[in-house]
Amino acid sequence: MRYFLQRIAFYLFTAWAAITLNFFIPRLVPGDPVQSLIAKYRGQLSSEAIQSLYVLFGLDKQESLWQQYLDYWKQIFQGDLGLSFTFFPAPVSQVISQALPWTVLLVGITTIISFLLGTGLGVLAGWRRGSWADGLLPVTTFFSSVPYFWLGIIAIYLLAGPGSFFPSSGGFDSGLVPAWDQYFIPSAIQHSLLPALTILISSVSGWILSMRNMMVTVASEDYITVAHAKGLSERRVAVSYAARNALLPNVSGFALSLGFIVGGTLLVEIVFSYPGLGFTLLQALGAKDYPLMQGIFLVITISVLVANLLADVAYLLLDPRTRKEG
Amino acid sequence: MSEPVLEIRNLDVDYGLGDRAVHAVRDVSLTLHRGEVLGLAGESGSGKSTLAYGLTRLLPPPGVITGGQVIYHPEKDSPYDVLALSDRKLREFRWAETAIVFQGAMNSLNPVHKISTQLTDVLRAHDPAMSEHSRNARAREMLKLVGISPDRMDAYPHQLSGGMRQRVMIGMALILQPQVVIMDEPTTALDVVMQRQILGQLIELRERLGFSVIFITHDLSLLVEFSNRIAIMYGGRIVEEAPASTIYRNALHPYSEGLLGSFPALRGPKRELAGIPGSPPDLAGMPSGCSFHPRCPKAFDPCPTTVPVLGPPADANAAGRTVACWLHPALENR
Ligand SMILES: Nc1ncnc2c1ncn2[C@@H]1O[C@H](COP(=O)(O)OP(=O)(O)OP(=O)(O)O)[C@@H](O)[C@H]1O
Ligand SMILES: [Mg+2]
Repeated sequence: MRYFLQRIAFYLFTAWAAITLNFFIPRLVPGDPVQSLIAKYRGQLSSEAIQSLYVLFGLDKQESLWQQYLDYWKQIFQGDLGLSFTFFPAPVSQVISQALPWTVLLVGITTIISFLLGTGLGVLAGWRRGSWADGLLPVTTFFSSVPYFWLGIIAIYLLAGPGSFFPSSGGFDSGLVPAWDQYFIPSAIQHSLLPALTILISSVSGWILSMRNMMVTVASEDYITVAHAKGLSERRVAVSYAARNALLPNVSGFALSLGFIVGGTLLVEIVFSYPGLGFTLLQALGAKDYPLMQGIFLVITISVLVANLLADVAYLLLDPRTRKEG
Repeated sequence: MSEPVLEIRNLDVDYGLGDRAVHAVRDVSLTLHRGEVLGLAGESGSGKSTLAYGLTRLLPPPGVITGGQVIYHPEKDSPYDVLALSDRKLREFRWAETAIVFQGAMNSLNPVHKISTQLTDVLRAHDPAMSEHSRNARAREMLKLVGISPDRMDAYPHQLSGGMRQRVMIGMALILQPQVVIMDEPTTALDVVMQRQILGQLIELRERLGFSVIFITHDLSLLVEFSNRIAIMYGGRIVEEAPASTIYRNALHPYSEGLLGSFPALRGPKRELAGIPGSPPDLAGMPSGCSFHPRCPKAFDPCPTTVPVLGPPADANAAGRTVACWLHPALENR
């Protein structure tokens, strides 16, 4: 328990440091967001409008840095991340909350499927070496060594396009309005299939490989021989002794990979023009949209930290050796 | 002598296949009688563990049994060959008839399961009809038997000391009341006091429960003290077998003499402490003839050319003993 509290304290500290950095970096880089907004609207803004922009962005006040820092924290706790320039005048929190579900659903579900599938196949391949599951390895390894960018583009080139079942871009048919209805949901699923498939293909081999290798390592442990010697069924030895122990590193790897769902999908979303957080980040970068960038980085940071915490909890639950008494 | 419970007949075990195979156990015949403790000694690499794994069919790859029989005599039924059992029959045979405490028993317990789980899953596997309550009761009983408080049922292996883990393994080995318990250096990781304490307990249990023990170690002094008969192994073969006291007083094979000379006498007159010169043979390039001859101080003409047969020596008092040495040729050798 003490260990656990230490971890939480560590994560809180990291979160604080990340958020503070997030506060300082845009204030240190040169460039004035209002100026870039003015440039964007090419002089269509009156001077009053410009003045009100400065007020909106909080750039008018001649406050001390310390006061700004305190205000910044207050805003964060209120969920107020400022206004986006790119999607002006939408608040950053709204832009993020529109993009986030796309990413979380697409990559989240795919990550879970990839983990379950890869781990299952890895158990088979490691336990019955030389079986068909083992033959799968070179194929999946090949696909995972192809840069994701290429895999996506080739998938689009070969499978998507006019007349094909797979759409090549977007998250849903352009004629539809996002809603939980019988038109929108099938369209969204249809659009997500190809990106999901490519993510799956490129990520599953990692799970297979690590699980297989752990199974092979664990299979030579003394307690496995003992389990056989005890006359337990093959299944019980494979599942409850070998796989149960081999699973430990994979589960914490899985928890960590949940943290990269939000941050690690830039490529997928760019290749497929998928309306998720990665794609939004790309737009924010292009437009020097600092509030939006800050907001997205904040979400990424927090999700990585939460994932780390999850990994710790998973290990604590699965491995009694990490549970210190007291 | 009482009736046999386990007869190993001409067992051969190789590691690997074809030309590159290493013959780790060669033509070993050994009989364990009901209720006795049979000691198996030999230097590291002589094939003791391989023999133990082989006769329970637990050889890790690339180990393969290339010949021989292991005849098991159940208490009531007629004897059968363990090596010929089907997978299902073999599972039923394991632990219920022959249990093993492995070398390095420190790692024999799965770190992620409680002691209770590991004690009861063997009961469940062999007797699915047993209720959970009686399984737990039996597990507690076993812990008490080996001197561990039943409160420790819910402990994880890392919460126990090395000696306690060792006892848990011994308790686990006895939980189905097997006829044969094989102990492969069960106590080498423990200090001497703990070793003797655990072995003493084991012998006491054996007298109470009536199982037979094959006790493997390279520490002959332990065997002299705790076993009825001793078999000495060298380069995959048994080179001498005799009652413990006979070997201790009058070993015939120069290798047994060497082994005895490498530890201080327990009682009686002081002996000169001498190791065996040279090193154990390389199994891949086994010497011709008697494989001990390059290291043997008494080697003579026939030793490098012809393998001596294991048999009762013609020249000494041959009561219940066998040896494979040209100094004491068996009747069959002549
Ligand atoms: N998996 C394996 N592959 C190849 N050779 C092996 C393997 N396991 C053991 N051997 C060889 O078989 C021989 C006998 O090994 P074994 O473990 O039976 O010796 P041992 O008498 O039990 O030794 P120790 O006292 O050190 O436990 C050794 O020479 C060893 O090199
Ligand atoms: Mg050994």
